[in-house]
Amino acid sequence: MSLALLALLVAAVSGVPGLFLRRRGGEVAAGLLGLAAVLGLMAALRVLAGGAGGALQLRTAALGSPGLLVLDPLAAFFSIPVLLLSFCGGLYAVGYWEGHRGHTPILRLVFGFLTASLLMLVMASHALTFLLAWEGMAIAAFLLVMAEDREPETRRAGWIYLAATHTGTLFLFAAFALLAKVQGHSGFGALPAGLAATRGGTALFALFLLGFGFKAGVLPLHVWLPPAHAAAPSHVSALMSGVLLKMGILGIIRFLSWVPDPPPWWGGTLVALGALSGILGVAFALGQHDLKRLLAYHSIENIGIILLGLGLGTLGKATGHPAMQALGYAGALLHVVNHSLFKGLLFLSAGSVLHATGTRDLERLGGLGRTMPWTSAAFLAGSWAICGLPPLNGFVSEFLIYLGAFRGLGLELGLGRQAWPLVILVSLALIGALALACFAKAFGAVFLGLPRTQAAQQAPEAPRSMLLPMGLLALACLAIGVVPALFAPALGRVVGLVGGAPAGGEALVALAPLRMLTWAALVLGLLTLLLGRWLRLVPQGRDLPTWDCGYAAADARMQYTASSFADGLVRGLRWALRPVAHLPRLVGWFPRPARYESHVPDPALDRAASPALQLAVRGAGLLRVAQGGALPVYLLYVLLTLLALLVWMVA
Amino acid sequence: MLPAMLPAMLQFLLHGLTVLLLPPLIPGLIAKTKALMAGRQGPPVLQLYYDLAKLARKQAVFSRTTTWVFLAGPVGGVAAGLVASCLVPFGHTPAPVSFQGDVILFAYLFGLARFLTILSALDTGSSFEGMGAAREATFSALAEPALFLGFAALAKANGSLSLGTMLAFPGSLTTRFTGPLILILAGWVIVYLAENSRIPVDDPNTHLELTMIHEVMVLDHSGRPLALVLYGASLKLLVLGALILTPALPRAPHAWQNWLAFYAALGGLAVGVGVVESSMARFRMTKVPQFLVAGVLATAFAFLLMLV
Repeated sequence: MSLALLALLVAAVSGVPGLFLRRRGGEVAAGLLGLAAVLGLMAALRVLAGGAGGALQLRTAALGSPGLLVLDPLAAFFSIPVLLLSFCGGLYAVGYWEGHRGHTPILRLVFGFLTASLLMLVMASHALTFLLAWEGMAIAAFLLVMAEDREPETRRAGWIYLAATHTGTLFLFAAFALLAKVQGHSGFGALPAGLAATRGGTALFALFLLGFGFKAGVLPLHVWLPPAHAAAPSHVSALMSGVLLKMGILGIIRFLSWVPDPPPWWGGTLVALGALSGILGVAFALGQHDLKRLLAYHSIENIGIILLGLGLGTLGKATGHPAMQALGYAGALLHVVNHSLFKGLLFLSAGSVLHATGTRDLERLGGLGRTMPWTSAAFLAGSWAICGLPPLNGFVSEFLIYLGAFRGLGLELGLGRQAWPLVILVSLALIGALALACFAKAFGAVFLGLPRTQAAQQAPEAPRSMLLPMGLLALACLAIGVVPALFAPALGRVVGLVGGAPAGGEALVALAPLRMLTWAALVLGLLTLLLGRWLRLVPQGRDLPTWDCGYAAADARMQYTASSFADGLVRGLRWALRPVAHLPRLVGWFPRPARYESHVPDPALDRAASPALQLAVRGAGLLRVAQGGALPVYLLYVLLTLLALLVWMVA
Repeated sequence: MLPAMLPAMLQFLLHGLTVLLLPPLIPGLIAKTKALMAGRQGPPVLQLYYDLAKLARKQAVFSRTTTWVFLAGPVGGVAAGLVASCLVPFGHTPAPVSFQGDVILFAYLFGLARFLTILSALDTGSSFEGMGAAREATFSALAEPALFLGFAALAKANGSLSLGTMLAFPGSLTTRFTGPLILILAGWVIVYLAENSRIPVDDPNTHLELTMIHEVMVLDHSGRPLALVLYGASLKLLVLGALILTPALPRAPHAWQNWLAFYAALGGLAVGVGVVESSMARFRMTKVPQFLVAGVLATAFAFLLMLV
């Protein structure tokens, strides 16, 4: 615990030396974040290995049981992506952000604060510390999103984010107040059996789901997510998408871990929300032209996959099927870490592209694989993993959820619940196929083919300080994908905590043959090597044009664009996506040059959130009547309040 | 110990030899069937073997636009296909490797092959290959749910999570599973035709690049990479064919009878595909999704019937 607290402190002050140093502030901050990562990982791994003193507590007499911060296996598990991504982000920022943009020292400071509040949040075990860290995280993230506040787009994204996060927090305040009323104190601990079936239990579930859903970006509460991720600096987007969203998931998991007897419909609700977020998230991603917005929508998709796993686990818990419960929770938890690794990797490599070319528009890129080979390999690894393709880590977590759902098919779950495992299976299959199409589009448009603009043609490879964090994340993806059995004991311990039932690593390995995945990965790798060698044994002819059906002067403008690639699917899903196309008007025999534009706006933002926000602002304007600015009037308010209180107390 | 294991070893050996040597025969059979039905003599049944031997000796030509990704498609396609072939039983014979959930790995290996093939098509920067890649990605998004719904229905029927036992269906046609089984197979035949780029979804023999799906994605491949592409495609015909044939085949008491039954059924499947190709035209591109949705519906109804 002391190690973890030390890590928290070091992370919090990581940006401070930079305020006073004239140079190398970024390197110092990255170094301190690295130190925090090492300290924190030592503490976390010890707990995950089941070592002595696994759950150290910071006790304070005043606030009662069980403590303010607890480093239990769940906290240790969630602290791993926090530590890894903040270190990678800090290191990446050295090459990405330093020297050529404003606010640099302040941003470093806030980045350290964000890391510290995230660490505090994962360890929080009291409503007070939890909400404190939650607000610290929200505000630090707001400041980071606003880094380029000269852009109107950024300011808009920042305000939407702030409004959304505080709406969510409002629900959390209500939820924690209700929790305190129900259990008599505000510490985190198991809730009494039978509570979940009451009206109070239902209210708690709904409030927590709404509050945490805003942060996790569950559809349709995701409105803040795409603009904020697109506007933030890339290393911040990586941390937000990889870790910040997961805090919503952490909250839901914490709540589920307190409830000994969740009713089955909770699981059904989670599955339905997961299927909605997963399928629509990837569908909206298909329609995007902006690389970072596309990645942001994929975060919604992956939150959906995590919810599918959580729903499966909860169904298993509710109906008394431990195998389904263990596999569902294990898949969801592993996907939390996996998503933070590969999404961090993707955002960092997207940032390198932005850094090198100055644009996020897919239609202005292309052919970067030639000039940026390492970045392109990193993005490919991330795409490979996020599509859930073997042998990378995304496959392992989806494999666990699939396996749990397949098991659920054969079980007697009771009337009306038989369909949920099938919904999970089909949603996962559809999400997988659509994600594959979307990442083929993104990787193809950015890195393959011919460069579509001058900037893309001359893009330089990213400096080593940016490539190193990407390499680190890619290696982590590969490690979990190839030897998942290595991580099973730790995962099993966390699942045991969440599920309330002992489900150790051995039990998990017995349920899911993870070692076979290692063999499959090895054979796949060996075959690839052999076939690759065989190909290189004959002479090759190069320096010829691509076959374009006899036309030898094919150029970059004749390539298939990202929009055309996704067109078939976007058309097929137009009932949900409602793409907007501005068709050119062609008049006369010799029409003038015309423009064609198409994009997929976010209906939840444009039709629901924006009007609601405007209404709220107008309503707040009415309150201004009471705020005249005259001191006597304010004194009158105080007096009246006191009188009212007096009357109330006496009565 | 060793004598007891010998029959199993022999079966695995036969499985491996089948995977390595048999696939190019299937496109040959299909082509021969089509030729005979059209009243032509057609190329010899072994034509693809000759082609592969020739391509293996030829120089490969690469466009100056391409990078290493261009080779990932052919290599990944064959590697993933070979690994997947170890998981699927050929008729009522044991699959060499079988474990809980191998069905998921099986489906995702084909996903991997598709991903890499699409990327190597996009690597050329050709608009035609981009078009083919986009169609492949679009249509497979509909084929995937049909495949999984079929797996789900089978898992529901016999409570198994591994291909080896899942496909060994409670065979007798008088059981209550007959109806669902027919629906699953109908849905999967649609998936089979789509995944293997066959008429009515795609025409492997058309001469117009604009209307192709799979063939247009590999326009720029030549020499050994093209040999891998062709072999990979025929491997897919075999492996996915085994997926359809196994539940439909009755179980025989002796291993050699099971093998013979499988080979005969595989030949029948190839002839059947040839007959379909001879008797109907390719659908318009806009009709293809409807055809695939029919596959999804068939497998979904199969699952519903399992619940009753």
